[in-house]
Amino acid sequence: MAVSQTKKLVQKLGPLIGLIALCVVLAVMSDNFLTVGNLLNVMRQVSINALIAFGMTFVILSGGIDLSVGAILALSGAVTAGLMASGTDPVLATFAGLACGTLMGAFNGLAITKGRLAPFIVTLATMTIFRGLALVYTGGRPVTGLNSDFFFMLGNGYLGALVPMPVITMFIAFGVLWFILKRTAFGRHVYAVGGNEEASRISGVRVDRVKIMIYATSGFLAALAGLILTSRLNSAQPTAGTGYELDAIAAVVLGGTSLAGGRGWIVGTLIGALLIGVLNNGLNLLEVSSFYQQVIKGAVILLAVLLDRRQGR
Amino acid sequence: MRLSTLVEMRGIAKSFGPVNVLKDVAFSLAAGEIHALMGENGAGKSTLMKILTGLYRADAGQIAVAGETVNIRDPKHAESLGIAIMHQELNLIPELTVAENLFLGREKTVGAGLLDMGTMRRLSREYLSRLAVELDPDAEVGTLSIGQQQMIEIARALSLNARVLIMDEPTAALTEREIDALFKVIRELRADGVGIVYVSHRMEEIFALCDRISVLRDGEFVGTERIVDTSLDHVVQMMVGRELGERFPKREVSHGVERLRVEHLSDGRHIEDISFSVRAGEVVGIAGLMGAGRTEIARTLFGLNKRAGGRIFVDGAEVKITKPSDAIAYGVGFVTEDRKAQGLVLEMSVRENITLPLVPTMGRTGIVAKGEEKSLVARCIDMLKIRTRDAELEVKSLSGGNQQKVVLAKWLSLKPRVLILDEPTRGVDIGGKAEIYQIINQLAFDGVAVVVISSELPEVLGISDRILVMHEGRLAGEIAAADATQESIMHLATGGY
Repeated sequence: MAVSQTKKLVQKLGPLIGLIALCVVLAVMSDNFLTVGNLLNVMRQVSINALIAFGMTFVILSGGIDLSVGAILALSGAVTAGLMASGTDPVLATFAGLACGTLMGAFNGLAITKGRLAPFIVTLATMTIFRGLALVYTGGRPVTGLNSDFFFMLGNGYLGALVPMPVITMFIAFGVLWFILKRTAFGRHVYAVGGNEEASRISGVRVDRVKIMIYATSGFLAALAGLILTSRLNSAQPTAGTGYELDAIAAVVLGGTSLAGGRGWIVGTLIGALLIGVLNNGLNLLEVSSFYQQVIKGAVILLAVLLDRRQGR
Repeated sequence: MRLSTLVEMRGIAKSFGPVNVLKDVAFSLAAGEIHALMGENGAGKSTLMKILTGLYRADAGQIAVAGETVNIRDPKHAESLGIAIMHQELNLIPELTVAENLFLGREKTVGAGLLDMGTMRRLSREYLSRLAVELDPDAEVGTLSIGQQQMIEIARALSLNARVLIMDEPTAALTEREIDALFKVIRELRADGVGIVYVSHRMEEIFALCDRISVLRDGEFVGTERIVDTSLDHVVQMMVGRELGERFPKREVSHGVERLRVEHLSDGRHIEDISFSVRAGEVVGIAGLMGAGRTEIARTLFGLNKRAGGRIFVDGAEVKITKPSDAIAYGVGFVTEDRKAQGLVLEMSVRENITLPLVPTMGRTGIVAKGEEKSLVARCIDMLKIRTRDAELEVKSLSGGNQQKVVLAKWLSLKPRVLILDEPTRGVDIGGKAEIYQIINQLAFDGVAVVVISSELPEVLGISDRILVMHEGRLAGEIAAADATQESIMHLATGGY
């Protein structure tokens, strides 16, 4: 048993070892990498993908997938920006944006459970719908004129003039979600539904409700990421977040969560998101062409999953 | 009968890490014999057969096939030696036709790889007619019954010119009639000189069918006996290494108030006008052929299938059950027949599976009360004698009997008033069965109303107070266990023919 547990731990820590190795390599190759300023910068860049990936972790653990997160991000950002531009109180507008994202997620969950449809199909459709609504709402133009210190702080503020606000948000969200998965009945049910939906239903787990809550959580976190992005750009772009769903899925998978559901952890997702972020940052510092960056990123994902699979045997 | 040795295995040893699964095991199979391989779950039967079919390599020992020492490299090699296996879980692709399945992986082709469906259809018919089975080679396998699908597996083995055929629990999912047909085919294969290794937990079958019996216990070879020279009691003793008490432990329980009453239940499809009641402390068996609607009664009661009509009462009050969580709220539990697909979350730990229906939480916060959960799980493991080194182990690492006890623990932790068990001992070895019967007795003693659905007639007869017999979706009759015989049950189950 000791052997298998050690093996499991190594497997779980694989992504972390990869992250540390990558950091060491970059620290040697570039003088600018291992500075407090750069590292905090990386984390700020990571925060948006990480927040979306946290929600995606819940979805994937339950055996589903959510392709609509990028579009939810854009529409939630646009709604908040639009409300603010037309004079709504910024705090109220922020909450409206979050509520909007949560509702969109809940709609995904409803369509999947009550309509008995595949998550891939539902969220592929709603991705297009939400993106279309974002374009309709904004008339295809960026929403600007957001004059609010509160809202500006969300993406651009610092705690103690050092730690960027998005990083704080990311870690708070991480802590809360980790606790939910690890220590609450709901968290247990997320794993159970992904592991064996039928057995969970027979055990009295309200599978539909659990799923709706999972997709609503994913929507909420995508909206939160959308608000941070909108704040950083000081405008809402209707085309913001295109392709973000894939980065989020990559972070979850890099973190060792099984796409088949039932197996994985959110700590891995955080590490996965950091891996992608550090890799981006490092390749920029090393002045690798952005075309090659894509090739390298894809290859790293493939390699990581392959290694993970090998150890799993 | 000419008895030449087909397979001779000697001194076989195999270990996985520190665990010795097989120690110095011998096994021999003659041409034209049906040889039962028995042992409790975990005794090493399947490991031995996996070595013979090339899935595992033995650490030590020799294998001779038809007198020649061989080193079986892989399943393909075993196949070329004429060794075929029929797994308990059928390896057929439901979407493909009979002929396509029969020739999967070795399709007949013409020219540059074009499928020769004509030849494959013709050969399929040939193989199937050898088994005296009427099947359309173009029928989609998914539309066939389990019994028919098994015939396809046997036909596939024949098409490989198998001299050795290993059958792992072939009757587990068959109806009585299908079992009869299967036995006829097996006996014909024996007459043709095929050697058959028959792995099963069903004693009655083995004594009816087999010529010799070999027993493994804890990875060691206990002995080989001729069926005519041995008895059921002796075989059981060989398997468990001790005298087993009664197969069906006695129960002295007086029946209390009526716990469950079902009136005119129907689901509009499989079951029609089902009425019965169960009292506290009573064990009611439901017998019937496969497809007679036994499981559907349970599923409809439990809110898994839609109820089209009828009323359900628990402890005298009418209840509205539309989903499993409703049933659980009224104190109704359901141990499903397929524990892997419906009973357990295999990747989760023993602890997480036991508390799945009701995770102990701190008040209404939804936060798991860890200490409370741990002690509840420890109590369950202790009470049901679940053999696991650690409650944190993944439930899939447990033996079948212990997995089944985890499913039972899940429901017992809810303190049910009514418990429905569907095939509670399927795939459970003989020692585990006795323990499960003991648990059922304890439940009855504690005043639970127990309903047991089972395809094994000796089991239904052995543990029930009353037996309901189903025939084509309706209750064909009710017999007090004291007056019931296998014949009287079958008479009702087959509609009185």
